[in-house]
Amino acid sequence: MLSIVVFLPLLAGLALLVVPRPRDTAVAWTWVTVASLDLVLVLGLWVNYPTTTGSAEGAMGAFAYETHLRWIPSIGAGYHVGVDGFSLPLLAMTAVLFLACAVHSLRQRRRTRAHAVLFLFLQTVSMGLFSALDLLLFFVFFDLSIVGMYFVIAGWGHGRATRSATQFFLYTFLGSLALLLGFIGLYVASDPRTFDMVELTRQSPLEGQELAGGLVLLAIGIGLAVKTPTVPFHTWLPPAHTDAPAVGSAILAGVLLKMGAYGFVRIAMPILPGAWSEYAMVLVVVGVTSVLYGALVALAQTDFKRMVAYTSVNHMGYVLLGLGAAGLATADEARAATLAVTGGVTQMVSHGLLTGALFLLAGVLHDRAGTYDMGSYGGLAAKAPLFATLAALAFFGSLGLPGLSGFIAEFQIFAGSLGPVPVPTALALLGILVTAALFLRALQRLFLGGPGPRTSRISDLSVRETAAIAPLLALSVAIGLLPHFLLDRIEPAARALAALVAG
Amino acid sequence: MSGMGEMNLAALLPEMILALAAVGALLLGSWTPRERQWIVRLFVAVALLSGLAATLLAAAGASGPTSGVHTVDTATHAVRAAVLVGTLATVLLAADTFADHPRESEFYVLLLLGALGTVALAGATDLLVLAVAYLLASIPLYALVGFAKDGPGTEAALKFYLLGALSGILLLTGAALLLGAGGTTGYAGLAGALPGAPRALVAAGVVAVLAGLLFKAGGVPLHFWVPDVTQGAPVPVAAFVTTVPKIGALVALYRLGDQVLAKAPLDWALLAGLLAAASMTLGNLGAFFQTDARRLLAYSTVSQVGYLLMAAAAVGGRAGLAEPGLLFYLGAYLAANLGAFAVVCALRARTLEEHTGLFRRHPWLALSLVVCLLSLVGTPPTAVFVGKLALFTAALDAGLGRLMVLAAANTVASLFYYLRWILPLFRASAPAEAAKTASAPWSTGVAITAAVASLGMGIVAGPVLSLL
Repeated sequence: MLSIVVFLPLLAGLALLVVPRPRDTAVAWTWVTVASLDLVLVLGLWVNYPTTTGSAEGAMGAFAYETHLRWIPSIGAGYHVGVDGFSLPLLAMTAVLFLACAVHSLRQRRRTRAHAVLFLFLQTVSMGLFSALDLLLFFVFFDLSIVGMYFVIAGWGHGRATRSATQFFLYTFLGSLALLLGFIGLYVASDPRTFDMVELTRQSPLEGQELAGGLVLLAIGIGLAVKTPTVPFHTWLPPAHTDAPAVGSAILAGVLLKMGAYGFVRIAMPILPGAWSEYAMVLVVVGVTSVLYGALVALAQTDFKRMVAYTSVNHMGYVLLGLGAAGLATADEARAATLAVTGGVTQMVSHGLLTGALFLLAGVLHDRAGTYDMGSYGGLAAKAPLFATLAALAFFGSLGLPGLSGFIAEFQIFAGSLGPVPVPTALALLGILVTAALFLRALQRLFLGGPGPRTSRISDLSVRETAAIAPLLALSVAIGLLPHFLLDRIEPAARALAALVAG
Repeated sequence: MSGMGEMNLAALLPEMILALAAVGALLLGSWTPRERQWIVRLFVAVALLSGLAATLLAAAGASGPTSGVHTVDTATHAVRAAVLVGTLATVLLAADTFADHPRESEFYVLLLLGALGTVALAGATDLLVLAVAYLLASIPLYALVGFAKDGPGTEAALKFYLLGALSGILLLTGAALLLGAGGTTGYAGLAGALPGAPRALVAAGVVAVLAGLLFKAGGVPLHFWVPDVTQGAPVPVAAFVTTVPKIGALVALYRLGDQVLAKAPLDWALLAGLLAAASMTLGNLGAFFQTDARRLLAYSTVSQVGYLLMAAAAVGGRAGLAEPGLLFYLGAYLAANLGAFAVVCALRARTLEEHTGLFRRHPWLALSLVVCLLSLVGTPPTAVFVGKLALFTAALDAGLGRLMVLAAANTVASLFYYLRWILPLFRASAPAEAAKTASAPWSTGVAITAAVASLGMGIVAGPVLSLL
């Protein structure tokens, strides 16, 4: 069942490739249909997910919809997939975001078929990564996501797309190889040798080996930090986003960035709990630096898309702060650690929805007027009220206004982190202030005041664009108002993980 | 020459088929009119396929030393299969380039002899057999490189020959020195005798023997012929010379390290590790700013030798994955490298610029090239990824963590120049170049097959790896 969810988009993509000369509209609607079907299947997984997991069995206790096949037995790698409370929300978020992109691309007429096939391929890769329970399988999907996104940016980007794409590929590939070295380190340390995450969690192979554990965590940490991205490994992100097409940015920020953060929760924390606690302070510092640096640099941007890109660095910084704080929590603070981890995973989902919406909105600006420069616009609220409403909603969600998903996530992170690491948490709170300032300023520049030189070219959202963007924001509001349907899934897994790394 | 027992000829069936096919092709070619030389091509292809069948049958049966000087084991089987497939692919590539060439049959004869030498190189367990196999794997190739009788080809052949003659002499000198040190040229005898031999003598002998094998493999510091030969020789020859002899040479190197030198009084792991590091790094540096696709591929093969030498550094039973990893990587490399050369062969495009807009003109060729180049990088799920993974693991197992990190860094660096080739494929092309390419059905077929094999071997790596 899970494998169908993962590979359905790829199969559909291959089928599209084989069909001789299909019409562009047929391709676009096939893509939407497949993405919807995949979302329905994920919802099926969600509804039928057994709720009683994650008792005392540890973070890798129970997985639903598991499949375990032999793949390369001589090096202990298998095709092992399954979902738990961490992966299920991300799978759902991925399916939603890809559907939004499919709808948004209905009028895309630049090499339509290749575009659709590439995104279907990326969807399989993302779904596969979030359900992989084998390090090698995880790595395969991790690397393929880079290859797929490279072709999206190089093929459909604008501006200096080839340069940005190459930089993106080289930088994130460097990260992925660091990750691979870490995985090989884990493999060599395990006995019997395996790449299986569940088995590795049970073994905790490098527990007590200070140096080796630290080195492996360093390699894995760098690999994931490049992808997340955190300061100082974030420099590939702004150019890649600026020059990527709108849907490419939405997937890059919404889904691909989560792969890094998810890797911390899925691999680094449960398999190396000792080393994680040991070096958690480093992660907290990196997280807080990302929060503040990302927010301050975003404040200085005049380019709307670059600004959103830098707020991604800021938002992923909160995730890292929460995960690091969980590692520093003492045994008595297990509840705080649970809260921080839950908040981190919620933030991944929330950020995926909100940033996806923001990048799609940025794409609308570029489609109409050809620039992201905020100085070129002004007074859009009167000209495009629907656009302004949705954008304002996304802005408020991103800056953490209560009633939207960002608040639920960030509140839990801060509440959970304040006990274990009070000073960094207080510093990170300043980040919220800066983000609020920058979003309010952007709101003012774009939507209020007199019209800018390009305001006249902006017309309001079409039905297609609204259908792509509004559901993302509606989900964000739903999480904000009724967080329980999401938190009930995440919390048991978070509790088990917190028990592993805290104390 | 200890243990020179009775020869088991049946175990050498694939080698005999190659030798007989060479003689047969020569005779058949002499009596066939020039416009009907496709008969010779067909004959050679059938011979190679029957050799492959014989290899598979032999691999399914028992293996062991055929005599004291040559052994048939998993590595030999794997090399035989890889070399036969590689030779067959070269014959198919040549079908586009050399069809109705006045000396077409000679081309096949030389090719078959070179392949025979390569296979013999891999199975040798005696330094003298190694030297003979070296000569057999080298001399036909000198002629092949100059086959087109043009300026660049002749220059390349001369360079190739001079460097080859030098390293051949070094190889023989090394064999003589090791004979002096150990009193025998057989690997089994040397393994027992060398630990007690004078260190300087052993070191000098080993370095000299290594020179010969590194020349065949195209590794630093004997890689200087690689770019010139790849650029000057006809493309099918370049594909063969940079791919097939490597397979035999690297397995011979591994065997020598594993069976003789792991316990000899010199730091073999350090020596092999340094050579590996130098090859991968210098090959990459050389490839960075090449504008000619063939020179870029040439330097990339040098860097690939570096990764493959990691297996030779991890010998001596310290890493269980070293030998299967090496063999798998060689097969994966064969597919990826031949695929890339097949695209060059099919297009007759020389510079990277000339590949602009290929995706529009020949989407399948462009996709094959992308798969093969990404495979050379080691992107999952292609076959080279599994090979690299196995060798990285072997290196870490053998305590060569720093070499592994260097290899990973080099992999990232290599991505840069492969991307320089991939990027133009998807750009819009200048209209003048659109109609330039002639049709090359065989090369196109080889390219697509190689790309599919690269992907397929990666995805079903499990069963393949468990055979090795």
